Amino acid sequence: MSCVSSWGGLSADHHQVVNLMDPSKLESSICRRPLKGLAFGMGRSYGDSCLNSSGILWVTKGLNRFVAFDEKTGRLVSEAGVLLRDIQRLFVPRGWMLPVTPGTQMVTVGGAIANDVHGKNHHASGSFGDHVLSVTLLRTDGETIVCGPSENADWFSATVGGLGLTGVILRAEVQLRRVAGPWLDNETIPFSGLPDFFHLADDSEAGWEHTVSWIDCARRAGVRGLFTRSKPSERTQPFSSRPSVLTMPVTPPISLVNELSLKPFNLAYYHLNKLKAGRSVDHFERLFYPLDNLLNWNRMYGPKGFYQYQCVIPRAAGFDAIQAILAEIAKSGDGSFLTVLKTFGNRQPVGMLSFPAPGVTLALDFPNRGIRTQKLFDRLDAIVSEAKGRLYAAKDARMPKELFHSGYPRLPEFLKFRDQGISSDLSRRLIGN
Amino acid sequence: MQKKMRIVVVGGSSAIAEHCLRVWLADGPAEMILIGRDRSRLQRVADDLQVRSPQSSVQLVTADFLDPSGIDRTITDAFGAGRVDVVLIAHGSLPDQSECQASLELCRDAIGVNATSPVLFAEACAREMEKRNYGALALIGSVAGDRGRKSNYVYGAAKGLVTRYAEGLQHRLAKTDVKVILIKPGPTETPMTAALSQQKVKLARVEDVAAQIVKGIKAGKSVIYAPPKWWLIMLILRHLPSGIFNRLEI
Ligand SMILES: Cc1cc2nc3c(=O)[nH]c(=O)nc-3n(C[C@H](O)[C@H](O)[C@H](O)COP(=O)(O)OP(=O)(O)OC[C@H]3O[C@@H](n4cnc5c(N)ncnc54)[C@H](O)[C@@H]3O)c2cc1C
Ligand SMILES: NC(=O)c1ccc[n+]([C@@H]2O[C@H](COP(=O)([O-])OP(=O)(O)OC[C@H]3O[C@@H](n4cnc5c(N)ncnc54)[C@H](OP(=O)(O)O)[C@@H]3O)[C@@H](O)[C@H]2O)c1
Repeated sequence: MSCVSSWGGLSADHHQVVNLMDPSKLESSICRRPLKGLAFGMGRSYGDSCLNSSGILWVTKGLNRFVAFDEKTGRLVSEAGVLLRDIQRLFVPRGWMLPVTPGTQMVTVGGAIANDVHGKNHHASGSFGDHVLSVTLLRTDGETIVCGPSENADWFSATVGGLGLTGVILRAEVQLRRVAGPWLDNETIPFSGLPDFFHLADDSEAGWEHTVSWIDCARRAGVRGLFTRSKPSERTQPFSSRPSVLTMPVTPPISLVNELSLKPFNLAYYHLNKLKAGRSVDHFERLFYPLDNLLNWNRMYGPKGFYQYQCVIPRAAGFDAIQAILAEIAKSGDGSFLTVLKTFGNRQPVGMLSFPAPGVTLALDFPNRGIRTQKLFDRLDAIVSEAKGRLYAAKDARMPKELFHSGYPRLPEFLKFRDQGISSDLSRRLIGN
Repeated sequence: MQKKMRIVVVGGSSAIAEHCLRVWLADGPAEMILIGRDRSRLQRVADDLQVRSPQSSVQLVTADFLDPSGIDRTITDAFGAGRVDVVLIAHGSLPDQSECQASLELCRDAIGVNATSPVLFAEACAREMEKRNYGALALIGSVAGDRGRKSNYVYGAAKGLVTRYAEGLQHRLAKTDVKVILIKPGPTETPMTAALSQQKVKLARVEDVAAQIVKGIKAGKSVIYAPPKWWLIMLILRHLPSGIFNRLEI
């Protein structure tokens, strides 16, 4: 038994860790085991969706081989433990790229499918599952199911965004897209007030593939932030050096994100970046995965760990709800350095439990300060629930069952596809087994 | 156009060898011959390499790793097909020491796969390479071969045999253009050490070890410790008086 934590570091419970490596031993490692298991990729989920305390964790990072690539069509078959980073680094120089990636590329293909992750280009390209052509799933009863948008489509829809609960994904076929090179034309625009944000977002939808904004969550006097939009650049110059990687070497005894640091950091971040506002050409790794060069940054929240709260609110209620949420947070004095606000496009996701939905999404981190943090979340939940929004399970460690059930109306349909040999801390908390 | 490098790997499904091939392929396409005992395991590696480097070619050969005439034929064929720049003999298996103590069969098998078999392959390659007066012959030994210790001396003894063998071969081929290289990895994270990683032994990243191996082969080194710090650690361990050494729990 080893102690395993997810990205938020809220727990470190015992798990029986099984490293999946040898394809000929997959069946004996996964099927018909006395304990229930769960697939584990890079543990980049913040909460408990990738944990299964006292049970088995099937760690997939050894399933990291490419299987086939068609240079003409851009279809890539790989094992489930391949990192999105490895795909990007191999294929971008060859003129192909993943159409959708989350804010870190240190995640596995299996994890990206199981959470149907989204990037900054949801309005243009949807979520990860929209580009998956086929998934090979091993069920714990020994059955192998191959599914895709047009083959066993119900299984596919359950497995994309299915939180690992429908079986273990062994391999997947993903459609890459053509790119000229690694560069993006980028523009950063300071804004103040939510109306300004929505304007910028709507204006940018047609012409800019990627949009996101950072906001200062510590400010009580109205919302202000930086809106960033980018699109593939025609620049083709090969790129020479990667920025150096820094590591957060230890876990400090208390969270470095606290009342003392929050306001000055947000203020400084706003002003420093405002100075750099305007147009630039940037490398995709720097723009998309800014935190990947600061290894173990999650440690800065101290030994008690941290939560991320990410909601999506339908557009009609979006303005008022986001306003109300931000006001609650500013009042609480808690919050994070990186608060992200983004609109999602008007499209339905593939997965029954996929998170993205038409509307606006807000994400921010909170150091774990016990009861006080929980009470703040209760107030935020009330706003989200009232606005008919939902929370992102990949980030969650605490949402109430009712909010999960109301936010994910396709849950009853999903349950038919569950694998009885699989369970997670999250499924026990929110589904009951 | 530069000629493609031709590489023969014995134990083609070894994680260390596979990562060495990835490093080589990052420099340009190559022609590879992977020799192993199990075709499907070789195929998995070959598919991955082929995706990484579509201009490369991979040929798979299965063989019985303890059969002298089979080994002879396999190597003769590999060299018969064209110039060989590098041979990497990588196969090996880390048995549980206490199980070896309990079973003479296991002892024999451990010595067979870690000592006898690599020597047979190397001997056949040395003959072909000496004939052509060309190429680099790299064998993977281990830091475990530098001094016997209670936690893995059967494996260590086999790796020690490879060390002596490589020294002799280096002596024999010193005046030729054939380069013999002995690689001594420290504990590295691969399927072979999966059990060790559960016991929280600190393991090097296989990517790093492979990069150091390829760099060492390119630089024409005779002995490569990877990671390099093991050179110093083993220097000290080798010279510890047995009065002290025998009291260590290692
Ligand atoms: C800095 C940072 C930024 C992020 N930004 C974004 C973002 O912009 N958008 C976004 O959507 N997410 C984002 N995330 C969340 C992250 O993308 C997801 O949590 C992702 O799913 C993690 O992948 P993983 O490989 O680490 O999987 P894990 O976290 O280990 O597992 C996630 C889930 O996938 C399941 N799973 C993993 N592998 C398999 C498999 N082979 N078969 C079946 N199920 C499997 C697990 O059981 C679990 O339910 C971010 C995370 C971090 C740390
Ligand atoms: N990893 C370490 O910590 C470490 C340290 C020092 C030295 N080494 C040495 O490095 C070399 C490569 O090991 P690795 O770490 O890459 O381990 P690995 O990934 O487990 O590879 C072992 C290789 O040896 C082959 N093999 C094992 N038993 C065999 C047998 N009886 N007959 C034929 N082939 C057999 C395997 O073939 P199959 O795929 O068919 O099983 C596989 O190709 C070995 O010589 C090992 O002793 C490793």
